[in-house]
Amino acid sequence: MQYEAVIGLEIHVQIKTRTKMFTAAPYEYGAAPNTLTDAVVLGLPGTLPVLNHTAIEKCAKLGLMLGCEIAEVCKWDRKNYFYPDSPKNYQLTQNEEPLCIGGKVEIELPGPSRNVEGEHRWVALNRIHLEEDPGKLTHEAFETVIDFNRAGVPLAEIVTEPDMSSSAEAVAFLNCLRNMIVYAGISDCDMEKGQLRCDANVSLRPVGSDKLGTRTEMKNLNSISNVKAAIEYEIERQTEILEEGGSITQETRRWEVESGTSFSLRSKEEAHDYRYFPDPDLMPVQMDRARVAELEAELPERPLDKQRRYQEELGLPFTITSVLCVDRELSEFFEEALKTHNAPKQIANYITNDLLRELSAVSEHGESAHSVSQSKLTPAHIGTLAKIIDEGVISKQIGKEVFTEMFATGEMPDAIVEKKGLKQSNDTGEIEALCREAIAGNAKAVGQFKDGNEKALNALKGPVMKATKGKANPKMLDELLKKLIEEGE
Amino acid sequence: MSETPHIDIDYVANLARLDMTDAEKAKLGTQLDDILGYFDKLNAVDVDGVEPMAHAHRVFNVWREGDQPGETYAPEVLTKMAPESRDNQVVVPKVVE
Amino acid sequence: MSDLHFKTISELAAMLAAGETTSVEITQAVIDRTAAVDAQVKAFLSTDAEDALAQAKASDERRAAGEALGPLDGIPIGIKDTLAVKDQPLRCASKMLENYVSPYDATCIVKLREAGAVIWGRLNMDEFAMGSSTENSAYQTTANPWNLETIPGGSSGGSAAAMAAGEAIATLGTDTGGSIRQPAALCGVVGMKPTYGLISRYGLVAFASSLDQVGPFARTVEDAAILMEAMLGKDDLDSTSIAPQGETNYAAALKEKKGPWKLGVPQEFFGEGIDPEVKANIEKAIDWYKSQGCEIVDISLPHSELAVPVYYIVATAEASSNLARFDGVRYSHRSEEAKDAMTLFTKSRGEGFGDEVKRRIILGTYVLSSGYYDAYYLRAQKVRRLILSDFEKAFEQVDAILTPTSPTPAFKRGERADDPLAMYLSDVYTISVNLAGLPAISVPSGFTKSGLPIGLQVIGKAFGEADMFAVANAFEKAHDYAQQTPTL
Ligand SMILES: [Mg+2]
Ligand SMILES: [Zn+2]
Repeated sequence: MQYEAVIGLEIHVQIKTRTKMFTAAPYEYGAAPNTLTDAVVLGLPGTLPVLNHTAIEKCAKLGLMLGCEIAEVCKWDRKNYFYPDSPKNYQLTQNEEPLCIGGKVEIELPGPSRNVEGEHRWVALNRIHLEEDPGKLTHEAFETVIDFNRAGVPLAEIVTEPDMSSSAEAVAFLNCLRNMIVYAGISDCDMEKGQLRCDANVSLRPVGSDKLGTRTEMKNLNSISNVKAAIEYEIERQTEILEEGGSITQETRRWEVESGTSFSLRSKEEAHDYRYFPDPDLMPVQMDRARVAELEAELPERPLDKQRRYQEELGLPFTITSVLCVDRELSEFFEEALKTHNAPKQIANYITNDLLRELSAVSEHGESAHSVSQSKLTPAHIGTLAKIIDEGVISKQIGKEVFTEMFATGEMPDAIVEKKGLKQSNDTGEIEALCREAIAGNAKAVGQFKDGNEKALNALKGPVMKATKGKANPKMLDELLKKLIEEGE
Repeated sequence: MSETPHIDIDYVANLARLDMTDAEKAKLGTQLDDILGYFDKLNAVDVDGVEPMAHAHRVFNVWREGDQPGETYAPEVLTKMAPESRDNQVVVPKVVE
Repeated sequence: MSDLHFKTISELAAMLAAGETTSVEITQAVIDRTAAVDAQVKAFLSTDAEDALAQAKASDERRAAGEALGPLDGIPIGIKDTLAVKDQPLRCASKMLENYVSPYDATCIVKLREAGAVIWGRLNMDEFAMGSSTENSAYQTTANPWNLETIPGGSSGGSAAAMAAGEAIATLGTDTGGSIRQPAALCGVVGMKPTYGLISRYGLVAFASSLDQVGPFARTVEDAAILMEAMLGKDDLDSTSIAPQGETNYAAALKEKKGPWKLGVPQEFFGEGIDPEVKANIEKAIDWYKSQGCEIVDISLPHSELAVPVYYIVATAEASSNLARFDGVRYSHRSEEAKDAMTLFTKSRGEGFGDEVKRRIILGTYVLSSGYYDAYYLRAQKVRRLILSDFEKAFEQVDAILTPTSPTPAFKRGERADDPLAMYLSDVYTISVNLAGLPAISVPSGFTKSGLPIGLQVIGKAFGEADMFAVANAFEKAHDYAQQTPTL
C-alpha cells in the first residue's frame, strides 16, 4: 500500500514586547539569570496577572497578517500541569475562546532549481492564541537549575490544520511564516534564541483516503533543519510500522539532534489531563472593531504579494524578487530608491548584487551582521547612481568605482563624480583623434571587423578608453569607430 | 451522574501531585464520596440556556497600556527564599522528561 | 489610661486628636493585652512589637508635626496570615510556607499604611483559609474568648478572637464563603465582606479567586466603615478590582441614613439545621426593625440550598489550581525525600499541606478533570448565575436582606473535625453572598443562654455598602451587644 503523510504544526512565537504578558517586568534575551523577575513572574503568593495590551494588539496584528478572523471576545484559561519551569504550575493561555480564528498562509514550494519559481499553495490555520512562556531549565549532571527570566514572555501559538504532506511543505511553511512575522514586526523569529519553536504532528494514511491516521507529536524542533529531519524520520518510522502490519501509538516524541532519531516521551494513556478552566483573575477582552480595522491598515504588504507585484508590474525576474522580498527593509529601500530614479531593473541589480556583496564583505570582516540600515547608503544614493548612469553622465564601469567610494564614505555619487572628475567625455574631437590612432595601429582588428566580427571592435575601444581613463561614452565610441572604419573603406 | 460518583483517588492525587498514605486515601475516599453524593443536588436544576458565571461583574478589557518596563527583583530575593540555589539559579533534583 | 485596647477607632481617633493619648500608648496597650491573654486565646501566629512601636512612634511624630493622616493614623490593626506584609512572615497557617517572608505589601496593607495605621502581628486562621473553625491551622488552635472550649469560627478565627479579646483595635480577615462574617458572629464582633472587587486582592494569597475578598473586623459598624473607606478602590495590580459606585463616604453616610428601609427576609434561611436559640434571636432582631417602621418583606432565594454544593465545586476547583504554586521549587516547603521532579512535587506537597487542604485539592482536581468538568464545574457555574439572579430579583423589592450569619453559635473544638460535610454546612447562610459577589456584614445580635454570641447578617446590593452599613448601624446603636466583652 502507498501511504501519504499528513502534517500539522504548532508554532510558538515570542511576541516582541518590552514587558511580559502579565506583568511589567522587562524581557531581553541573554540577561543574567533571574534578573528579569518580579513577584508576578515568580508566582509569589498573593500575586495576580494583568494583561499587556501591547501583546494583545501585536497578536491581533499577527492574526490579520495571517488571514485570521479576530474574535469579538477572547478569554483566558488556565492549563494546569506541574513542571519546575512553571512558576504557578498552570499556564495562562486561551483554550476555549482564542484571539485569532482560522487563517491561511501562502507558501512557495521549492522550484526545480534555485533560479526557478516553485509552486504556490495555501496552508490552512486553525487558530492563534496568546499565552505565557515558562522559565528556562538547564540540566546539569545531577541537578537542574532554573532561570525564570523567560517566564511570562508573551507567546503567540499558531496552530495549523493537518494540511501539509511533506517535510518540504513544512519547511516552506515555516520560511514563509517567519518572513511574514518578521515583516509585521511581531517577532524577530530567531530560532536560536528560542523566539520561534515548532512542534510537528505527523500521521500517515493510505493514498486517496480522507480519514486521518493515528498521529504522533514531535517536540523540540528548534531549527528548520530539525523540523525537516524529524518529519522525514517520523514518516519513515511510521511507514515501516504500517508496512509490517503494525499500528501507530498516539504519543509525544522527542527529537534528538545528536542521534538523528526520536524517542517516545509519553503515550496517550499517560497524556496530560490539563483541567482547563476560565482564569478567574483575568477579565475577557472585547476586540474593538474600529481598532482592528486600524491594525489591519497598518499591516505591511505580504512578502509573496510583493514578490508577485515586482514580477508582474516591475518586470523583475524571480531570482531578484526572491532576494529583495525576503527582507522587508531591503524591499522598502528598493522602493524608496525608485522615487529618485524609476529604473527598477538597474536599481534592483545594484541592491541585490553590489549592495548585498559589500554588506556581506563588511560582515565577514568581523563586524557584526551588517544590514542596509546600518550602512552609510540611503536609497537616494542608489537612485542617483542609476540615474547618472542612465543619463550618460558616467559609464557603468565608472559606476562600479563610484559605488565602492560612496559605500565607504557615504558621499553622494554626483559629488564623487564631480570631485574626482569622472564625468564621461563627450568631446568628439579628442575622441575622434584617438579613434583614428587606434584604427591606424591595429589593421588586424579592423580587418576582422570588416569580416563581420563585431567583437573585434573591442580591441580598438580598449586603447581609447585607456587614454580617456574610461570617461569616453562607450555608445558614442562604438558609433564613431564604425563610422570611421566605413569611411576608411 | 446516574451512578454514585466515586473518585479514583490515585489518579486524582497524581494529577494534583499529592503524596498520600493508603490510610489517608481510604479515609478521604469515604468522605469525598459523601460530599459528591451531596453535590448530586445540582443535577435536579434545569440549567438549559443559563450562561456560566465566571466573574461577579461583567467587565471587559482590563489591561496595562504602554508596555513600560517596571521594577525587577534582584536575584537574591529569589535565592534567599528558595530551598536550594546556586549562581543565582534555583536548584532542583535533575529533571528528566 | 485603662482599657485603651477595648476602645473603638472613632473613640481613639478623637482621643488622639485631642492629645489625650498617643499611638505608642495605644499600641503598647494592645501589646500588653496580647501578652496577657494570648496564651489562652492563641489568636496570633507571630507578633513584632518592636516594629509596631516603631510605626506608632512615626504616627505620633506625624501628629506632632501637624501632619496626622486621618482616623486610622496610629491605630494598631491585626492582619490575617493570608495577607502579604513586606518583611513579615506569610505562612497562611501552613507548614508549606513555614519559612516564607513576603518581599512585598498587599495593596490593602499599602492603603492602610497610607492612612497611617500600625500594622500589627500575624493572625491565626484555617490553613490557606480552608475551614470554618480555625482548627485547620498547622500551628495552633485559636480559642473563642467567650468560651475557651469552643471554636472562634473560621477561617479568620484569629482575627475575630483577637478583636473579642482586645488584642487589636481592628483586624483584617478574608472572606471566601463566610470566613469573616461567621467568626465575627461567633466571637461577638462586627465583620464585613465587601462587594466583590471593591478591595484589591493583590497580596491576598488566593484560595478561590472569584470569591475571595478582604474585609475588616471591628468593634462597631462605624469602625468597619472607616476601614472600608481606607482600603477600597480600583487597583492596577488586580484586574478583578473595580471602581466604587455610589456613596463611599460610608462613615458619614451611616449617621445620616436613618431609614425606614424595606428589608427582605428569605424563608429558606430559617428552615432545617438552624439552632432554635439563633432562630429566636434573629426573629427578635427582625421584629426590632419592624418596630422602627421598616417594612419586612418575605422574599425567596429558591436556589440558596444549592449554594453549598456550588460553592464547594467552584471554590475547590479554583483552589486546586491556585495552590499548585506551592511545589517545593521556589519558596515553599521542600521534602528531604525529593529525588526527582515527581517526588519534589508529591512529597513536598504531601508533607506541606494539612488534611483539609488536601481534601479540597483532591476534590477540586477531580471536578475539573477530564470527563467531569461539564457535570460539576460548568454546571456549578450555571447554578451560580441562578443564585445571583435570585438576589437580583429580591433586590428589586428590598433595600437589604436580613438573615442569621451562622446556623449555630460556636461549637466545641473537635466536634466536627471528622465530618467535613457538617463543617461545610456551617457556611450555609454566608456562601451565597460570595457566589453573588454581594456585600454583607455581621453585627452582634445577642447571646445564647450559655453566653455565646450570635450574629445578624445584613446583605446589601452590589456596591450598596452605604445602605448596608446604615441598616446594621441602626440595630447596633439601639443595642449594647457590641459593647460587651468576654472575661479572660
Ligand atoms: Mg499546544
Ligand atoms: Zn502553547
